[in-house]
Amino acid sequence: MSVQVHVPQMFRKHTGGAKTVLVQGKTVREVLESLDQAYPGFRDRLLDGRELHQFVNIYRNDEDIRFLESLDTEVREGDSISILPAVAGGEHFG
Amino acid sequence: MFKLARRFAEEMINHARAEIPNECCGLLAGKDGTILQLYRCDSAEKSPFRYYVDPKDQIRIMRELDQKEWDLIGIYHSHTHTEAYPSKTDLELAFYPEALYFIVSLQKADAPVIRAFRIVDGEIGEEEVVVA
Repeated sequence: MSVQVHVPQMFRKHTGGAKTVLVQGKTVREVLESLDQAYPGFRDRLLDGRELHQFVNIYRNDEDIRFLESLDTEVREGDSISILPAVAGGEHFG
Repeated sequence: MFKLARRFAEEMINHARAEIPNECCGLLAGKDGTILQLYRCDSAEKSPFRYYVDPKDQIRIMRELDQKEWDLIGIYHSHTHTEAYPSKTDLELAFYPEALYFIVSLQKADAPVIRAFRIVDGEIGEEEVVVA
């Protein structure tokens, strides 16, 4: 099943500059695995072990997957996945 | 040099003051390097020491930018107790090389300071801000 992934600027060096790419997968986790196979370098930037990195937000059709089933969120043909690195900072974090 | 319209400078400072004692955060968008819209954002971390743009705000604003064919020009936040210079955390979490990072310092309550930085691969480059 084909899913469109919107790639933020900081990751476009991995996709040869492409803003959107089509990859396969039935869950967000599978989509990210396909993405990393097609364009190596994504996994380490998006995942912390087997979990979503604290400072990466992923959306299925604009819904934050943290409020769905996180990486196990199902995706269907025609869904779009958006990756947005967090906008965060401050004097202390942790 | 970055020309910052006075109304946006004032709005950033007003937002910073309104969030005291916490840090504020927001996004600046526009076209051809000119800011057309300031978006105040909710911080998912209400804290005097950190900010985290609410992910719901972030996707909503990013979609609006796509529709309007605007660019993300800047990201702003406030430092309530320290100077307007990126902290170690700011540096580590600067994931938007295309944006100018504006910091509003309220260290001197009656003399707020706005400075702007480009942060690329952990390197800080200051851009002079001219309020006009």
